[in-house]
Formats: sequence, structure tokens, C-alpha cells
Amino acid sequence: MNNRLYGNLIFELSKEGRKGYSLPTNHFGNYEIPASICRANDAELPACDELTVVRHYTNLSNNNFGVDTGFYPLGSCTMKYNPKINEEMAALPQFQNLHPLQPESTVMGAKALVLFLEESLCALTGLAHFTFKPYAGAHGELTGLMTIDNYHRSRGDMARKKVIVPDSAHGTNPASAAVCGLEILEVKSDANGQVDLVDLKRLVEAEGPNISAMMMTNPNTLGLFETSIPEIAKLIHDCGGLMYYDGANLNPMLGVCRPGDMGFDVMHINLHKTFSTPHGGGGPGAGPVGVREGLQDFFPYVSPHHGNFGVMMRACAYILSLGGEQIKNVGPLATLNANYIKESLKDVYELPIDGLCCHEFVFDGLKDKSTGVTTMDVAKRLLDYGYHAPTIYFPLLFHESLMIEPTENESKETLDNFIAVMRKIAEEAKTDPDEVKSAPHNTPIGRVDDVLAAKHPIVTYRALKNEEVKE
Amino acid sequence: MAKVIEGLYYSESHEYLKVEGNIGIIGITDYAQKALGNVVYVDMPDVDDEVEAGAEFGAVESVKAASDLNSPISGTVVEVNEALEDAPELINQDAYENWIIKVERSDPSEVENLMDAAAYEAFCEKEH
Amino acid sequence: MYKYFPQTEDDLKVMLQKIGVASLDELYTEVPESIRFRGDYQMPHAASELEVRQVFEKLGNENKQLTCFAGMGVYDHYTPSVIPNLLQRSEFLTSYTPYQAEISQGTLHYIFEYQSMMAELTGMDISNASMYDGTTACAEAMMMAVAAGKKVNKVLVTGCMNPLTYEVLKTYALHQNIEIEVLPIRDGTTSLNDVKVALSQGGVAGVIVQQPNVYGIVEDFTGFAEACHEQKALFIMDSVAADLAVLKTPGEWGADIAVGDGQSLGIPMQFGGPYVGYMCCTEKLIRKMPGRIVGMTKDNRGQRAFVLTLQAREQHIRRQKATSNICSNQSLMALFVTIYLSLMGKEGLKEVAQLSYAAAHYLCDELLKTGRFTLAFDKPFFNEFYVKYDGDANALYNRLIDAGIMGGVRLEEGLLLAVTEKRTKEEIDNLVKIAAL
Repeated sequence: MNNRLYGNLIFELSKEGRKGYSLPTNHFGNYEIPASICRANDAELPACDELTVVRHYTNLSNNNFGVDTGFYPLGSCTMKYNPKINEEMAALPQFQNLHPLQPESTVMGAKALVLFLEESLCALTGLAHFTFKPYAGAHGELTGLMTIDNYHRSRGDMARKKVIVPDSAHGTNPASAAVCGLEILEVKSDANGQVDLVDLKRLVEAEGPNISAMMMTNPNTLGLFETSIPEIAKLIHDCGGLMYYDGANLNPMLGVCRPGDMGFDVMHINLHKTFSTPHGGGGPGAGPVGVREGLQDFFPYVSPHHGNFGVMMRACAYILSLGGEQIKNVGPLATLNANYIKESLKDVYELPIDGLCCHEFVFDGLKDKSTGVTTMDVAKRLLDYGYHAPTIYFPLLFHESLMIEPTENESKETLDNFIAVMRKIAEEAKTDPDEVKSAPHNTPIGRVDDVLAAKHPIVTYRALKNEEVKE
Repeated sequence: MAKVIEGLYYSESHEYLKVEGNIGIIGITDYAQKALGNVVYVDMPDVDDEVEAGAEFGAVESVKAASDLNSPISGTVVEVNEALEDAPELINQDAYENWIIKVERSDPSEVENLMDAAAYEAFCEKEH
Repeated sequence: MYKYFPQTEDDLKVMLQKIGVASLDELYTEVPESIRFRGDYQMPHAASELEVRQVFEKLGNENKQLTCFAGMGVYDHYTPSVIPNLLQRSEFLTSYTPYQAEISQGTLHYIFEYQSMMAELTGMDISNASMYDGTTACAEAMMMAVAAGKKVNKVLVTGCMNPLTYEVLKTYALHQNIEIEVLPIRDGTTSLNDVKVALSQGGVAGVIVQQPNVYGIVEDFTGFAEACHEQKALFIMDSVAADLAVLKTPGEWGADIAVGDGQSLGIPMQFGGPYVGYMCCTEKLIRKMPGRIVGMTKDNRGQRAFVLTLQAREQHIRRQKATSNICSNQSLMALFVTIYLSLMGKEGLKEVAQLSYAAAHYLCDELLKTGRFTLAFDKPFFNEFYVKYDGDANALYNRLIDAGIMGGVRLEEGLLLAVTEKRTKEEIDNLVKIAAL
């Protein structure tokens, strides 16, 4: 990684007169764009030759860390291996060149893939229909809630505008509900990190006729399976609400338990988590939404075409590769890896709720709090040792949350090495806490000044240049 | 320990109210400032906007959190603290000195719903 | 075992022992037996890599490859070969949202470049890190306008909007309790007078127009921004990204928010996605903008560094009070666009625009010459236009499909045709020949 040599912005490599493209000759005669519709000044874009562009972005990639680089135990994100064959299949020109409005008779192959994906997802979840329009997990949540809202509206049940969400839920759950025009009722977690049934009953009694749905992920964000799920589903169904499954944590359920069988009516799936499509630095993903028979008529129109078809193709390749028998091993193997790390570290990191977890678990920081070394410090120190950090400070139930999710693709050796490093950091916290608190040391840049960035936002090159002039 | 000043009124969402005749001076408490950390932005209403007791009138943002500002009383905004636009960190330096808005009060009896210094101190103790 | 599952039988034994359970099955004792899945999934057997390839190739051959003259928001522009190659750099491809800035400078750096380029293209101050696509970006802009306004929930939408975008707006509006008023179509365009009349009724949070509009017409928005601002409404423009290299920008028209799809910047059509939505706004609105934003700062070694900023607006902190539920951006597609714009530069973009413009106008002229087509509106268009046909337009459309040509999109009494730099003179002449039959 060399931030110093290649840390320039592409704009700073630009030189008037260079170009990085070639285009066909104009054979159409003299059609001039009238000046009356044109912009006054050109957009200030870089002028670079092709190699300069290639080298710039290649070097930028060297300042990044991906699943292919190393172990990426980012809790709640399911950073599994993204198979290469998936990429190659998604790049086939017979699919890449399809315009989304082509008539059906000309896109039979593409349609067959969509159908295959729908059938596979139905088999894996126990639901009856899927829409592929949602572009991402959060978009799927919104789509699912709109589906539920449309269902209640169709019955004239207009009062159902409240959604029950556990206090441990992903932040998107309440945000999606709000965008759908719904209000949040937060249900507490009990001492075991599970939905507090007493609190839930209280909410249901008080708000029954106003309840639209309950949103849950199972296992929950602590990685714990909600054992009372059949009872919870019954409580909600009895008061006329529907059950929504946040598919963010579906991975450990493959081969084990289907959301449809748990009593859920609507769910979204993050194809970029459970079905191995790459996260791409934050997208594109895909968030198909599945429903029980009868609810498919209430799917909303949340995007114009067939969703992120390129992402769906990758998921198809993954499902074809694993087939019915291998896909059953995904959940158990992911759960095995998580429990193995947990058991190997719980003597030095604080495990607030003991027992078996699913695909992920949460430590509440180091066991020895006397050193002053925080979860943030541990995360940053991990970067020095060549690992991506776990998810930190989520869920909000603990002050020093450190959420670890290894996925099924990691070998025992990888896990053992990670465990050794985590133990080493715990030791360093005692012997040399300053080294840990000032980490990372071996990365292209050190800790960044968040306050400066937020107080005085500079978000474009033009603003940056103006700033330099001022200085 | 967070600073609490005698003679001010306090809300459960950690705003203070200083009464000067029919004008109410509103800001966030030292406790709130400490909980937020480095304040990077204060979202303020415009002069002449109406505020309502218990309702949101703006927000305070730090790097890691954003907190709505709820007005302890009802009335009309007569002044906003423009110094906070360029230097939101003033709130961290002294939350009581650096008020956020001044409001012409529409209902003087509303202060009865607020806490005094002793009650607020006990309230913070409990929240902690 | 399996190629994606590394644990050997010995590994399993040691690991299970460490955990203190006897089998993989015992890891799930918390799951009630009544809901355990014990059957077989109704799915095919595991396929080898070769077999996977065969399935895709067979299905691929069942699609018909057409010469594309269709647009309506999705355009068949050329993709320079550098881009797919760089996008496969796995450090980009297999990373996640850049939460750990120290090992994510690659992503943060290109998003900063992306934001800079989009701000340049649109002539706006600020860009976010990208959104799902143009239609959802437009819906987010609508919600942003309502959130930024004070107790107003009405939005005016041009009647000349792409109906596919309009449907998405309607969906979001329904659940957000936003009232949409559609402005009348006046000779294929939006009229300032209609906007003024509707604004004067009060309660309007924003006005949304499209450039070029659904008929491909480049509209004149003189006076729109002023009319909006007089009534404290935001002026929102939805534009085709590539066309902004040449056209008067949203910034120049006085827009408060500029949105649209970046697909026209060389992204393959791939049956509808992934594409990338862009959203830009004025400096004043930066804290109301949904989505991720990357900002510049310094690290503790004094180096320039990039970081996700203004996160306090976002769902993971604000939860139900966030300005949007969007969690991340369409990062890899933002990288796509950034590399495209780096390669093309302003000159390349203008050349693409000129080529597309010339090819579209040539096609239009040739169609008119056949005597069977008329241009629906006598207004300036860019690379897409709506022609009426004097015969059975469905039959014409099907005849073209049979000849391997996607002759645009069927619209009302004729066809909406789009032409890019990829279309050759031969392909255009061929279309005209078949259309004239």
C-alpha cells in the first residue's frame, strides 16, 4: 500500500490535451447541438491517458481490504467468499446487452433465471412468492412493509400503523418503518437477550388493533435464536398483525429452519449476504421480498424493471453450484465457526450472554476493563495484524459491543490465527496499552479526524481547491 | 459531574429554560453536551417560527449522535444564536452561556411542567 | 467436503469438542423441534463449475440479441474495456461499506472523486455517494423536499415525466402521505404558467421536472426556480447524466436538488440493473440529504484522508428519525461511473453527446423522409424522440423485433426512439428500410 506515492486525486493527475478514450467517426453529417440548450462552461473533469487511469485505480484498490485480502469478521454483514464463477456468468454478453423493456419473447433465458431464483428462494424460506424489484436490504424492508401496509389498507383496516421492533434491531428497521409512514413501538430485550414476552404482551394488549406488523430478525442481532418465536408469531397474528422477517441474519438458518415455518409472513433476503454476491464497497446488492400465498397481490412498485438483475445472476450461480444438499451445510458450518471463536476467546473478552450462538455473537469489550483499552482500540489494533475489524458499538444493548461473524468459508487455521491475535491484543492491553490505543500503525493512514470532517464538510475537489486558495 | 444552575427550568429531554420577563432563553444542558460529545452542527429554526412545548424545533449533531431539540415552552422565536452556525463547539465550552434560541412566551404557566435544578439533578442521577 | 467449505472431518471433531457439543445438529438445540427443517429442499443437485457455465450459456442463447434503439431511461452507450477490468479488482469488489477508514481509503477516495465529478456534471455544490437508481433517487428527492419544508406535503410533478419514474414516486408518496399533483402537458413540455398557478394554491414542498423529458425534448425551465423559491418550494430536476456534459445544468437552471440515473455513463443495460442513482444539492441542503457522504479530513499523522461524514443523519444513528432508510450506496457502480468519467473527460463526454445527437437527428430525418412518420412535437430534442406512425404501430414494432431490431419503446401513437454513439449508419439505414415497408 502506498498512500504517499499514489495518494493523488485523479483531478491532480489531469493535464489538458490528454485523453483516455477513442470513439467512432461521425458519419451523420452536420448536426450541431444548438447553443441555446447548452451549458455555459464545461464540467471540470480530468483529462488523463488510459494507463494513468488504470494505474490510479489499481493503486487505490491497494489501499482497500476485501474478503479476498483477508479475514473479514464484520458482524451482521455476512462477508462470505464471493465465487469467481458468479462474476464470469454475470458478465455474459447474452445477458448484459438486454434492454429491460425488451419484449418477453426475446428475453426467455433471463426470465428463466428469475423463475429459477424465485423457486429456489421459496424452497429455502418456506414462502410462496418473491418480488425482485428491491435493490438492497433496506429497500427490501421498505418494500415488505409497504406490502403489509397495502394488505391492511385493502381490508379497510386503516388504523394499523404501528410496527413492533425489538430494541436490539438493526437501525434500518425503525428507519424503514418511518419511511413507510409507520410508527415504532419498541419491545424490550430480556436478560437473555431475547424479546421480552411480558413486554410484548403488554404492547399487544394496549395496541392490538393498531398493530401492523412485528419486525424481527431470527437469530437476533446478538446471534441468539429467539426460542419463543412460535409464541411471538401467534401473539401478533391473533391481534391481526403480520410477522416481518429481516433476512439480514438468514445465513445460519440455511439447512436448519425456514422463516415461513417460524411463522413469518413477509421477509426480505440480502442476496449480497446469504447468497454470496459481492458487497462491492457498499453496493450494489439486492433485497428480494418473499411473502406467503395471497400477499403477492400487495407488492408495491418500488423500481421500474427486474431489480438488480446482475446481482440476481450471481445468486443463481451460487445456488446452482451448491445445490440442495450443499446449501444445507451453510448454516451449521457458519454457526460452528462462530461458536468456536466465542469459546476460544470468552475467557479474555466479556461475553454478556453465555450459551450457544448462531452465526455471530457479541462481546462487551475486553474482560479486563482496568486497562482503559476500548472496543474501538481493539478494532483498530486488528487492522495492524491484517484483519478487518468486527462490527463495533452495535447492538446498542452493551456499551462496548464487538460483534463477530466469521461465515462458513473460513478454515480452522484462519480462525486459530485470528483467535491468537485477539488474545495477543488482550495481552497488549495490559502490557502496552498505549500501543493499542494509538493503533493502527501499519495501515496507509492513521486514525482520522471525524470532527474536522463533520464540522467543516469538504466533499468535492472544487471545495478542496477553494480551501487551498483560502489557506 | 455535569453542571446544573440554580434558577433555571429543565426538561426531561435535557433542555434548559432561562426566564427573562416574557422571553425564554433555551439551550441544552451541560449533561446533554457531555453525553453528545463534540458538537459539530446545530440545526436552528428561523426567527418568527412558532415553537410548541414538547415539540421539536431543531437538532444538535455530534459525530456519533444527533439529538432533537424539544422546546420546553410554546411561543415565537425572536432570536437564534448565530454564533453557533460557525462555532457549534461553543456548546461544549459552556452550554449555559451559549444558548440556542430566544422565544417570546405565549403561556407563562408552562414552566410549572418543568423541573427545577434540584429535581433535574436527581433526574440525571437516575438516567446515568 | 465442498470447495467453499474448508473444515475437514478432523477439524470438525476438534471444533465441536471445544464448543462442547457432539454434532453440528446439537449447535441448534435452541431451535424448537416443531419448526426445524428436516426435509430436502426442492432444488437441483450441486452443479460442477462446468455445468454451471453450461446452464448459463444455454439460457443466454435463449435470449435474442437485438440492435437497440430503445431508451426511456436506459441507454445503450459504449463501455470502455478498462472499466469491467478494474471493477473486478477484488479489493474493491469484495469489500464492504468503508467503516474502517484506515483500510478503506481506496473506496473512500474514489467516492470523493465520484462526488466531485457528479457535482461538476450537474453544476451543483454537493453530491452524495450515490443511490440505487434514478427512479428511487427521484423519490428520495421528493421526500427530502417534504422533510425540508415546513408542514407542507404537496409535490408538483411534470406530466412529461417518464411513467416508470412516476410510478415509483406514487408508491413512496402513498405511504408517506405526500400529495402529488401532475402538471398538464403543453405541447410536449411543462408550462411555467401551470407551475405558478399550482404554486399559488400554497402547501407545495417541491416541483419535479425531467430533462430531457419523456418525449426526449429538452425543456426550457426559465423562471421555474424563481417561481418555486418565491413560494419556498424546492426545484428538483431529474436528468440523464450523460446529457449533462452538454446541456444547461440543473445548477444553471437554479435547481435545489438534481437527481437522475448514471446508467447512461457507459453502464451496461443488463436487463435493468445494477445502475446507479445520483443526487446532488445546494450547500444549504447538505444536512437534509439522504445517503452516504464522503468528506476530506486529516489523519493523526497529518496526511490527507477521506472518511464517511455527516453520519448523524443516517439510519444507524437516527433510526426512525433518519432522513431516509438508505444504508449504503451503489458503490461499485459509482466506481464504474468515476472511471468512465476519468477516461472520457469533458471532451470525450461531449463527443459522445454530439455523436448521439447527430445519429438521432439523422434517424429522425430519414424516418420523416419515408412519409410515414411525423415528429410528435416541434421542440428541440437530444438523442431520443417520439414519432407518430401512420399505420399499425404494434405491427411495425413487431416487424422490427423480427428483424433483430428493438425499434424503441412503443408510446401512444408511435415509437420513442433513442440513438447512441454505438449505432452505425448501416444499422440506422436498415431500421429505416424496414420501417418504410
